Amino acid sequence: MKVLKTYPEKCIACHSCESACSNLYFKEDNAAKSCILISEGTPPGMNVCNQCQTCVAACPTQALTVNSQGVVMLNKSLCIGCLMCVAVCPTDSMRTVQGMHSPFKCIACGVCTKNCPTDAIKIVTE
Amino acid sequence: MNRKLLAEFKYDLAPIVRGYNRRTLYLNLTDREIKSKPVSDMMIDKFVGGKGFDLYLMWHGVKDSTKWNSPENEICISFGPLCGNTSYPGSGKSIVTTISPLTGIPVDCNVGGHFGPYAKFAGWDAIELQGKSEEEVIIYIDGDTGLVQIFTAPDEEINSHILAEELVKEFADSPDKLQFVSVVSTGSAADHVNITCLNFSFWDKRRKVARLKQAGRGGTGTVFRDKRIKAMVVKYSGLKVDTNNPVDLPTLQKTGLKLHKEIEVGDATQCRMHEVGTAHLMEVMNDYDLLPIRNFKYGQMPEAIGLHSREFTALFTQGMADGCWYGCSLSCCKAVDNFKPRTGPYKGQPVCVDGPEYETAAGCGSNIGVFVPKDIVEINFYCDTYGVDTISFGTSTAFVMECYENGILDKTKTGGLELTWGNADAALELLHQMARGEGFGLIVGKGVRVMKDIFAKEYGADPAFLQDIGMEAKGLEYSQYMSKESLAQQGGYTLALKGPQHDEAWLIFMDMVNNHIPTFKDKAEALHYFPMFRTWFGLQGLCKLPWNDIEPANNAETDEPAKVPEHVANYIDIYKAITGKPMDKVEMIRQSERVYNFQKVFCMRMGKGRRIDDVPPYRAVGPVTEEEYLSRAERYDTQMRDKIGIDPTGKTTAEKMKITRDFREDQYQQLIDAVYFRKGWTPAGVPTVEHLQEIGMDLPEVLEVVKQYLD
Repeated sequence: MKVLKTYPEKCIACHSCESACSNLYFKEDNAAKSCILISEGTPPGMNVCNQCQTCVAACPTQALTVNSQGVVMLNKSLCIGCLMCVAVCPTDSMRTVQGMHSPFKCIACGVCTKNCPTDAIKIVTE
Repeated sequence: MNRKLLAEFKYDLAPIVRGYNRRTLYLNLTDREIKSKPVSDMMIDKFVGGKGFDLYLMWHGVKDSTKWNSPENEICISFGPLCGNTSYPGSGKSIVTTISPLTGIPVDCNVGGHFGPYAKFAGWDAIELQGKSEEEVIIYIDGDTGLVQIFTAPDEEINSHILAEELVKEFADSPDKLQFVSVVSTGSAADHVNITCLNFSFWDKRRKVARLKQAGRGGTGTVFRDKRIKAMVVKYSGLKVDTNNPVDLPTLQKTGLKLHKEIEVGDATQCRMHEVGTAHLMEVMNDYDLLPIRNFKYGQMPEAIGLHSREFTALFTQGMADGCWYGCSLSCCKAVDNFKPRTGPYKGQPVCVDGPEYETAAGCGSNIGVFVPKDIVEINFYCDTYGVDTISFGTSTAFVMECYENGILDKTKTGGLELTWGNADAALELLHQMARGEGFGLIVGKGVRVMKDIFAKEYGADPAFLQDIGMEAKGLEYSQYMSKESLAQQGGYTLALKGPQHDEAWLIFMDMVNNHIPTFKDKAEALHYFPMFRTWFGLQGLCKLPWNDIEPANNAETDEPAKVPEHVANYIDIYKAITGKPMDKVEMIRQSERVYNFQKVFCMRMGKGRRIDDVPPYRAVGPVTEEEYLSRAERYDTQMRDKIGIDPTGKTTAEKMKITRDFREDQYQQLIDAVYFRKGWTPAGVPTVEHLQEIGMDLPEVLEVVKQYLD
């Protein structure tokens, strides 16, 4: 399974990962629209999908599926925006912005890892 | 399938505006007229939608003399402004009304499945079916292109579990789009008996079957088949989170997500809907002496352990997304997969069975003395596919079993069936007879009220005893709760406009267990508020369950926990978010009061709906037989001493039963006085002109009916 692994002890909460993520997916620098969320603290909090698949079973339209690399993918054309996946996510990593038609989540693309100055995030295969 | 097109109607597709299409679809099966009818501001202001639209359309479609099988009788199906949103749990309900073959007055059913939301998004706020076809037909609504068609129906199959699946596959654009089609159908029993239902399908993508939800009460399937409709099919492929075009999507999503999270956290320790659906109630009801056993004689028996919810959990496939509409995280519609019936035409064939829900498990289980869960699953399956209402089937079968055990019936009268308590084989054979249109099943399928008449006239049975044990009122069979020890619930059942169904008021715990409504005035207030509050779900296209089958963690600390104040606030929020109209908890009740009183007057117009019709069988009020009295003698003796003020010592059981009966029947009448007063009705049960004016339901046609009864 391919997953974005976090190392909070290395994180300096610079939020570069959030910028990279939201810029890639939503073309704007907005942490509210990032699949990874960094919160201040010692060490900082790092919240991102661990591909546990709990949401897949809850999705009524089967818009959420697992790809060949073990990554949970959202098919937006099937999504009816009910947000049941958001409620069942055990790590609060299925993300939503009110008014947006579909939730969003980390698909382990790795763009954030290239922007992290401290190697606090890494794509791994488990 | 080689179908002939009989009629066609094209219409323009247009987006919904704030929950409304502002038009309804009319089809006449006699002359095949199909047309669009506008929805006026008055309809929205006074009737809201859902059941309100149904009743308004029906009122103007039928005559005072209309019977269930008159050509002008209508089946109306409406959806409500909130119906079809995918954000808030329980938002996919259709409301079906018709003049019932069991009661002769309007019956209303609240049913899940995908038909309602898809028909609404196809462009219609309600569908009105009138007339009778000369040949078998299927009605098709294509919500993607704006087309309504009536086709011939040479289909051999009529039973729903097969027909629904065949039609989904026939009308879907491709095998990967089966989820965009939904079917309304009934079954072969609806050609022969009156205790029937309509099935509303939804395609279960995981199981790859058409699941079936029931518009269960009052014989809707019989009217459907009388019009020679085999099925209605709708296709709609464009569902999105904003298809209902809400004015405030963020608030709708926020409110829905809040409830999703509440369910995620609370369901496992509250009602366990995810695990076992409403069947979680089985042991709760048995523990409190409320589970109907042997035709509502008893509420508790040791044998009921066999129907513990864990037995149903073991039968239901776990971990599935079991909502009957998208976005329902309560996920209560459980199913038994790969069930192989041991009887009947589908013997040995693996089928998917929807349920059993509580009502079915109690009605087709404990109430007929069956304590084997798989027998209940089989009865459930055949009821659904044959189009039989499991509640009326359970209560009607319980009635004939008691008659059999009392010698009123015997094998010569039942065609050889031994209708002893717990004989599941005999119960199943009754069902198969209903489907085949033969044998004693035809008598049972007429319902309890007609059977009482037949057994008295033809078999010389004591009419008074039959009246006491025949669990029907207004012609409709009781649903499955014991009301003997809850005066408020006795009223809840008997005052329910369509007949004794618990969807108007379920007050047993509040009344009997928690003693929160001790006075007549308290009970009357509850019998005003809760029926009005619950009526609101039917106006909007909502399900009742997410209101109080999940509660916020701090609900018990609120001022009125029985009302679940936070959830009431949710409903106000989502109503405003969708319609953009003002709403508060006072206006909610007022919206319902208008439609409720309209329905009440509609019943009066059709010849029922007054005090003389709000009469319970004594079995719903107290112990009919010595056996019942003696089984709870300590309770009844104590009540005699404490509540009635009579010392039972030295009295015979017959004397004590008479004292108990006189007291309980008098209590019931006092309750009715208090409730009618609270509802704004005369002691005869007639809404006053002043009350109708006050609530804004003083339409001329309504006043004209009422005045006939006030003079």
